[in-house]
Amino acid sequence: MSVAEQTLAGAGERSPGFMDSSVGRKVVMAITGIVLWGFVTVHMLGNLTAYMGAEAMNHYAEFLHTMIHGMGIWVFRAVLLTAVLLHIWAATSLTLSNHAARPVGYRKQQRQSATWASRSMRWTGVLLGIFIVFHLLHLTFGTVHPDFIKGDAYHNFVTGFQVPWVSAFYIVAQLCLGLHMWHGVWSFTQTLGWAHPRYNALRRNFATVLTVLVVGVNISYPIAVLTGIIH
Amino acid sequence: MEKHLNLTLQVWRQKDAMSEGEFVEYQAKHISTEMSFLEMLDVVNEEIIRKGEDPIAFDHDCREGICGMCSMVINGRPHGPKERTTTCQLHMRSFDDGDTITIEPWRAKPFPVIRDLIVDRGAFDRIIASGGFISVPTGAPQDANALPVSKQNSDLAMDAAACIGCGACVAACPNASAMLFLSAKVSHLGYLPQGQPERYGRVRNMVSQMDAEAFGTCTNHGECEAACPKGITLETIARMNRDYIKASLTYRPEIASGGAG
Ligand code: HEM
Ligand code: SF4
Ligand code: FES
Repeated sequence: MSVAEQTLAGAGERSPGFMDSSVGRKVVMAITGIVLWGFVTVHMLGNLTAYMGAEAMNHYAEFLHTMIHGMGIWVFRAVLLTAVLLHIWAATSLTLSNHAARPVGYRKQQRQSATWASRSMRWTGVLLGIFIVFHLLHLTFGTVHPDFIKGDAYHNFVTGFQVPWVSAFYIVAQLCLGLHMWHGVWSFTQTLGWAHPRYNALRRNFATVLTVLVVGVNISYPIAVLTGIIH
Repeated sequence: MEKHLNLTLQVWRQKDAMSEGEFVEYQAKHISTEMSFLEMLDVVNEEIIRKGEDPIAFDHDCREGICGMCSMVINGRPHGPKERTTTCQLHMRSFDDGDTITIEPWRAKPFPVIRDLIVDRGAFDRIIASGGFISVPTGAPQDANALPVSKQNSDLAMDAAACIGCGACVAACPNASAMLFLSAKVSHLGYLPQGQPERYGRVRNMVSQMDAEAFGTCTNHGECEAACPKGITLETIARMNRDYIKASLTYRPEIASGGAG
């Protein structure tokens, strides 16, 4: 029988590390999630320049590469990489704790409030991880791109999405992003303690509106290329 | 109106913590719809005893929804199909003639099965002992109104204090997390002036004991809230998270010289 050690101590005497505790790791998850969510939102907005033509998009891409004397993009990359790695670390370690906490399962289980999105977080997360790697190889490094021209973001964008299976993969990944964000955005408000009867409906609606916006616009890019709206 | 039901039960039977368990089928015949679920099990047990076999072991005490003992998962839901209802308060009129009912113990590593449907919830006791108290120097009782408490805080504290420590939240959680229980215990003291001196140490100690017991972690599915017979809400968890974050940010080790003596 598993009996944990009783940790009787005066208030505040025990000092378990923040990052070791379950709530602490959740907070890491939430804060890195906010960084990633802020990123995908800005990224989605920036790509709207594709609808304004080659010049606008390439100009925007050049701005990203030259802002703050070319330092800006490296700061962004460092922050994002750190956030992704911490997010994956927290997700993995929390998931392992959760699996260990129920070694024997139920024969019957009737879920009451868990959603498709909340139950698939780890799977949509893994798919997003794979997608991020592919996306970088595709449009940043050009490794898996059929006709990559360094510095011509618009050309790479259009010719990239003209390959149907690539577009299909982007669309599936965005739908996963939608599930992940919809639960994630609501979830981080909960993890960080921003619950209040006055704002509870707002928290759900905020997650829904944001998710539909980001996913909807992102999906429109490959569709616009495939249908010839962007060419 | 009273009716009678014939039911098939699939019950988890397990001799002790060391043994393997299995589902065993029983027939529950001529069960009155006015019986409680536990009374139905009593009737089935009488029949089992008459046959000279071991009765189904299950926890129970008050049989009025306040002790939190009657833990069992009924058809995949802790305490059965009714909201805000413990097993002892569940009437057989919630079932139909001919139903098959699956009955299982709480499933979580920190709640080992002792026998059949009985689990050891000592982990909850150790969590309470780690911080679910206030330290009161004894002496003459204080004037009742010496400490003003706002009506709202008093209501919120009472709502949180409604937790009966039954463990349904852990049983329902896909991660076997004890956050709803913990947040109720942290919050009912945190809302009141008597709970303030130890407020931030309490939340740290109780979270660390919860982790030491190897409960799972919260992913905000909300299953606990749906299963809780006492209506503890997810907002209580958010409130505890706030306290925990603040406690971690402001924690200082006890090195002040004033504390040395
Ligand atoms: C790189 C691969 C990723 C993996 C493996 C991953 C995995 C996870 C997991 C397992 C959770 C916790 C599930 C839960 O609490 O229910 C989570 C939460 C979250 N994820 Fe991700 N994720 C990834 C990428 C992303 C991206 C790209 C975003 C940005 C939109 C994001 C935003 C969030 C947010 C906001 C949360 C909620 C944090 C909280 O519960 O407080 N994740 N992720
Ligand atoms: S929070 Fe609700 S479900 Fe959990 S132990 Fe307390 S009363 Fe039971
Ligand atoms: S027996 Fe006491 S709550 Fe059910």
